[in-house]
Amino acid sequence: MTTPGAAVTPQPPRRPPGGGAAADSGWRRLHPLSPLVRSGRAVLAVAALAGLSTSGVMGSGAGTHWYDLALAVILVVAAIVNWLVTRWKVDGATLRIETGLLRRDSRQLPVARIQAVDLVRPFLARMLGLAEIRVRLAGSGDADGRLAYLTEPAAEALRARLLAAHHGLDPATPEPAEQVVTSVPTGRLAGSALIPAVPLAAVTVAAGALIAAAAPGGFLAVGAPLAWWLVTFGAIVWRRVSSQYAFTVAVSPDGVRIRRGLLGTVAETIPLPRIQAVRMIEPLLWRPWRWCRLEVDVAGGLGHDRREGTGAVRKALLPVGSQEEAGHLLAIALPAAGAWPALRPPPGRARWKAPLSYHFLAAGHDGTLAVAVTGRVRRETTWVPLAKAQSVRLVQGPFQRRLGLATVHLDAAGKRVRAEFRERRQEEARALVGELAALSRSARRQATHKPPGPPAPAGGPAAGLRGAAVPGAGR
Amino acid sequence: MPGMPEDGVMCPSPRLWRMRCAEVMAAATVLAVAAGAAAGLTLGAGAAVIAVAVVTAGALAALWFVRNRFRSWMYQERDEDLIVGRGVLIHRLSVVPYGRMQFVDVSAGPIDRVFRLATVKLHTAAAASDARIPGLEREEAARLRDRLAALGEAKAAGL
Repeated sequence: MTTPGAAVTPQPPRRPPGGGAAADSGWRRLHPLSPLVRSGRAVLAVAALAGLSTSGVMGSGAGTHWYDLALAVILVVAAIVNWLVTRWKVDGATLRIETGLLRRDSRQLPVARIQAVDLVRPFLARMLGLAEIRVRLAGSGDADGRLAYLTEPAAEALRARLLAAHHGLDPATPEPAEQVVTSVPTGRLAGSALIPAVPLAAVTVAAGALIAAAAPGGFLAVGAPLAWWLVTFGAIVWRRVSSQYAFTVAVSPDGVRIRRGLLGTVAETIPLPRIQAVRMIEPLLWRPWRWCRLEVDVAGGLGHDRREGTGAVRKALLPVGSQEEAGHLLAIALPAAGAWPALRPPPGRARWKAPLSYHFLAAGHDGTLAVAVTGRVRRETTWVPLAKAQSVRLVQGPFQRRLGLATVHLDAAGKRVRAEFRERRQEEARALVGELAALSRSARRQATHKPPGPPAPAGGPAAGLRGAAVPGAGR
Repeated sequence: MPGMPEDGVMCPSPRLWRMRCAEVMAAATVLAVAAGAAAGLTLGAGAAVIAVAVVTAGALAALWFVRNRFRSWMYQERDEDLIVGRGVLIHRLSVVPYGRMQFVDVSAGPIDRVFRLATVKLHTAAAASDARIPGLEREEAARLRDRLAALGEAKAAGL
């Protein structure tokens, strides 16, 4: 804490440009320690490098050079300037964030259009009792709604306030009690991360042993890649386990809350009506344990397609769990669905078009929900609420046409979020396009006119509407 | 498309076909001159004739494909949604509800502008729903844009 302070003595006190006397009304700064946390890791790395270079382990000569420290100082100064020029406030139903020194950037995030609110605590921030708030809107990038860092109670209060305002309640409403639905034991998590590697490891070790037996001198040549592979794989398993450690799903009137993380923790809150699609994945190697993974899709910035991490649009609702747990969570995530639609397989001639995935292919729909099963070695089941459908598409390739088959896609918001009715009969597919379009129209109308369930998206229809379509954008 | 009511089905302007013809022929001419010159200089006059003939045959095949492609485009404005169909080898039919529209994009490249054409594209929150109609006459493009924008506002639904 004293080091960065000492490093910036020449830094002139800077006011946020554009902020005059009126700026004091409710504007708040981030926590004063945020520059330290934000630049912490980079500064540590640079300091370590500088230390190595000074002690003569690395680099040309011993002795401290001014430029060893310059990079660290620049990083710290940049972080402090960023802190000085960043301010935020909750203005009625809008979260406003202003930042930027040279190019002033002022963002207004309407709470009615929040898709998810994440509370992120990296390790360093957690040690200092700080937390970052990330507000996700549809179509926004990663960096858009970030407030790094606030104190933990302040972050939690802000989250409660934003979510209360999102649901149309008084912003002062305290955070409602949550009820833990399920949690993932560490053993199962580690097992699920290790299982995919076991056959691969066996093959590698066997191959290594064979080569070593055939040519004793080749042992080193085999051992080095093997060790490298083990390290890489260990890193992958570690990342998976540490990011999903102590995974808990809780339900509150605010939505689904996911908590996870070992060193740094993440608490994600997704309002239930914001779930675009739910996907259940059953990998081949998990099948003996009948485990599966459940993911939900939330509308977010297109173009990003990261699997893990908080920036992801696709969030794991259950990293690994039994079918029963998944079914339970599914019923929570899609409250509209009472009975699940019946699945019907495609006709037998689809075997010619999709020989590897035919055994999984099935699809069905009812008035509110479409379900489709796809996959070759791992089964993927996708549920898309019809009220969330963005478009219906029929695609028929030349080979499908020969066989009298066609595929119908029901797209939801996102990059590859859709239920695929693969290899249906041609006539059935054509009828399906019209039927799905009509059903999703009435489902959408119902959802807009009669907000379902407990979290009435107040301000939803009115505010969501105007924002959703930006008409006349033609140039 | 069978199974759909046939009334109100619209097609791109015939000028799109002329534009595609011009594109193919321009490309074929350039290619034929280049190939003919290269073959004629290296192998002789006979090779040049063969090269030009091959390019011409290729251009004719391309024209046939382009014509089918042009004919496959259709769109239909229904009460609640827009239907766009296209494709020769792979048939595609998209149904996009007006309420799901995020924005409408009208674009016209340099060649489009020579032929007074424009492309209208409807964007939704789903990246996959591609409702793109090329080769609309300018007035039709403007009419479609305004209509889609008005309908999108009237029927809009949040995400």
